[in-house]
Amino acid sequence: MELDPLLLSRIQFAFVVSFHAIFPVFTIGLASYIAVLEGLSLKTGDPVWEKLSRFWISVFAVVFGMGVVSGIVMSFQFGTNWSNFAQASANFLGPVLSYEVVTAFFLEAAFLGVLLFGRDKVPRGVHFFAAVMVAVGTFISSFWILSANSWMQTPAGVELQNGMFRVTDWGEAIFNPSFIYRFLHMGLASFLTGGFVVAGVSAYYLIRGRDVAANRRALSMTLWLLLFLSPAQLFIGDMHGLNTLEHQPTKVAAMEGNWERASGVPLLLFAWPDQDAQENHWEVGVPKLASFILTHEWDGEVPGVAEVPREEQPPVGIVFWSFRVMVGLGLLMIGFAFYGLWLRLRGRLYDARGFLQGLRLMTIAPFVAVLAGWFVTEVGRAPWVVYGVMSQAEGLTPSLSGGMALFTLIGYVLVYAVVFTAGMYYLTRIIQAGMSEETAAEPSGGRPKRPFSAAHTPFDETAESAR
Amino acid sequence: MEQIDLTVIWAVIIAFGIVMYVLMDGFDLGVGILFPFAPDESSRDVMMNTVAPVWDGNETWLVLGGAGLLGAFPLVYSVFLPALYIGVFLLLAGLIFRGVAFEFRFKANRSRYLWNWAFAGGSTIAAFAQGAVVGAYIEGFETQGMVYVGGPLDWLTPFTVITGLGLLAGYALLGTTWLIMKTEGELQAWAYRLTTPLLLAVLAVFAIISIWTPLVDDYVRERWFGNIRLLWVLPAMALVCAWLIWQGVRRRQEGIPFVATMGVFVFAYLGLLVSKWPYVVPPDHTIWDAASAPGSQLFLLLGVLFVIPIVLAYTAWTYWVFRGKVRPGEGYH
Ligand code: HDD
Ligand code: HEM
Ligand code: HEM
Repeated sequence: MELDPLLLSRIQFAFVVSFHAIFPVFTIGLASYIAVLEGLSLKTGDPVWEKLSRFWISVFAVVFGMGVVSGIVMSFQFGTNWSNFAQASANFLGPVLSYEVVTAFFLEAAFLGVLLFGRDKVPRGVHFFAAVMVAVGTFISSFWILSANSWMQTPAGVELQNGMFRVTDWGEAIFNPSFIYRFLHMGLASFLTGGFVVAGVSAYYLIRGRDVAANRRALSMTLWLLLFLSPAQLFIGDMHGLNTLEHQPTKVAAMEGNWERASGVPLLLFAWPDQDAQENHWEVGVPKLASFILTHEWDGEVPGVAEVPREEQPPVGIVFWSFRVMVGLGLLMIGFAFYGLWLRLRGRLYDARGFLQGLRLMTIAPFVAVLAGWFVTEVGRAPWVVYGVMSQAEGLTPSLSGGMALFTLIGYVLVYAVVFTAGMYYLTRIIQAGMSEETAAEPSGGRPKRPFSAAHTPFDETAESAR
Repeated sequence: MEQIDLTVIWAVIIAFGIVMYVLMDGFDLGVGILFPFAPDESSRDVMMNTVAPVWDGNETWLVLGGAGLLGAFPLVYSVFLPALYIGVFLLLAGLIFRGVAFEFRFKANRSRYLWNWAFAGGSTIAAFAQGAVVGAYIEGFETQGMVYVGGPLDWLTPFTVITGLGLLAGYALLGTTWLIMKTEGELQAWAYRLTTPLLLAVLAVFAIISIWTPLVDDYVRERWFGNIRLLWVLPAMALVCAWLIWQGVRRRQEGIPFVATMGVFVFAYLGLLVSKWPYVVPPDHTIWDAASAPGSQLFLLLGVLFVIPIVLAYTAWTYWVFRGKVRPGEGYH
């Protein structure tokens, strides 16, 4: 059997970037939460805020460390597997991706150490300031990376000369047509991720009756936040979709599972898209609703996938279903936020066990939604790397053989399996150890830079205690 | 005219970034390479503690180098990475394992030996892969126009194996001399003992490279045996540094061996650069062929010029805070 380097590279990129992305989406949200906690602590002097902040900083340290480790891999992926694309787009992507690293570098150099290890060594105001700067820094990092990605979706401000893009207008290229929607949608997604994780962990502690005072406050606070953010995400998501309709109509057609351009198109709740037959099986839908959502008119026209030749169509099934997973989870999040409000108004928020258990399970929902959303975006872009200009096949490294791609794909899966297992296992231990655990021996003299060392929980039992 | 200036500035920045990376990550990779041979477990604790506060700052130079290359010399990025595909993967896998080992070893109890292996294995593989990259650069890449057209294992030749082992020995030497400076007692004595044999290994590899390259590469021969006699200062200085290491070990000096080892690296590195200048993707492409558009170089330069001084200041400050000997039982974890 012939191994296809293109397919394997796509799988590899999808794997390593998905792995990387789950950490930053969480750290971006968590960094802002920590900054808020530090601010409250500074303002009120109430020790509860500091306790919460200490706990979440130790979680943050581990997750951030994993984000950095997996990010290093990402910065080489374009060159190893997509060297033609890297070469062609370097004039724009090179500086933009470097700016993301430079920001991360700067952030790490200047403020992360103070946030993680400086609590007792710098004035409280400075510590708060460091927390704010780390939060701002994660946003600047995602600003650049999302600009790069959006440019690949909706290229602007460049012209193609001798096979290389030249930037004609930096402003247009950086703030390309889909950037602002993607940035807002991703920013909200990060806050939702942070919010649901904090809510889920607080719920877990409340069920166990641990640190009740602190966790009630954390839960109450995050539920207020989620009450506003989850509907906002629906709104921004809708605008994001409308923008995509304008610039990438085929992607929207795939999201809707609509093969032929038509008016009065139903919103499909279930369908089995069949790429070969260019039609769906077992359709169940709400009449005319898709037309209404996309054009705000019941008889509006919706583009169809079959308008473009077969070779230019994305795999409809993946796009269609990923989109439903994301939107479904988004609606579920709204449901949880409002149910929380209802419980709160009736004064039963903290002892509705079913609700708390549900929140615990919801901890993974935002991660799934984020990955599903990216699958919509990225698979829906297929077969283009730079939409409408350069195809994936053209971007591929010419010297790459199927065997090489398979070798590194298996390699990354194995390496990440070990790292991820160790990381998750350790995070679970931190959470089980809980908030009251006194932070053990503070570092002696100076401060270390290593992120994880802000956590003090042991990785496993000692030989004695295991016996 | 303007383009030439920017490109040269970028060549200097990238060259500087690489040497910073090699020197700084070099000694902590070296400590990892030496790890399995350490006298005992408590020495291992001390060894790791000597580098724990600084290693991840050291590694950030690699990321900056990678991204900077894409921004300023895309051709280097898009030829080296495909040509060294398997090697790059091994390098990254090595660095990942070693990175997490740093974090988890201190917190592990029963599983500690596993993290020991992850640390040592990861460091060794990463160091070897970097040495092989240097060898592959010296040997050059088969390109057609702007793309690499060689095979997946072209980089793995007897020559690159030698440079790989050479860098392994070189990093180990940085490691022992670092430990001489940072530790005392039995561990320090052990580091003293290892330094001389490692130095000899490094010199042997230098000798092989210096004889081999001019023989097989006309350009390099032309450069060294042409009319710029001044170049011979570089190998001469490297030898002086080697002699200083030797003397330093004999006289039980603590700081000089490390500084002199850094000197060996710097002079060897400069020697390598002048051998190939101005070719970055030998044998066909110079830094000007490899450069990105002037506008892109300028745009990126602004950010980098702003950040590098801050990072340097911060780095200097960290090393200052963590100066002095590390003793058993003292740590930053
Ligand atoms: C917590 C995560 C989360 C949640 C609840 C939602 N999304 Fe989303 N969505 C993302 C996280 C995300 C994402 C991962 O952040 C994506 C991938 C790329 C992007 O810009 O955002 C995305 C992409 C994405 C796209 C693709 C845009 C494109 O690339 O062309 C659309 C149309 C929507 N979203 C619309 C929605 C709607 C209508 C939602 C209803 C609630 C929704 N999203 C909830
Ligand atoms: C949705 C996609 C992405 C987002 C939001 C994102 C954001 C971030 C953030 C916030 C960090 C800081 C570490 C952390 O918080 O965990 C980070 C690290 C990093 N990311 Fe990403 N990233 C994304 C995708 C990528 C891609 C595609 C690349 C490669 C081109 C990349 C390269 C890196 C690198 C190299 C680091 C480490 C920088 C360091 O040394 O600190 N990221 N990313
Ligand atoms: C949460 C983060 C992300 C996820 C989960 C994700 C997922 C994916 C998936 C599933 C593919 C394969 C598409 C296909 O083969 O049809 C892909 C391809 C790709 N993505 Fe992303 N992506 C993310 C963010 C990014 C970002 C931020 C960038 C750029 C800066 C990026 C650049 C690419 C490139 C270059 C490819 C390969 C070419 C292609 O298949 O179009 N991705 N990604």
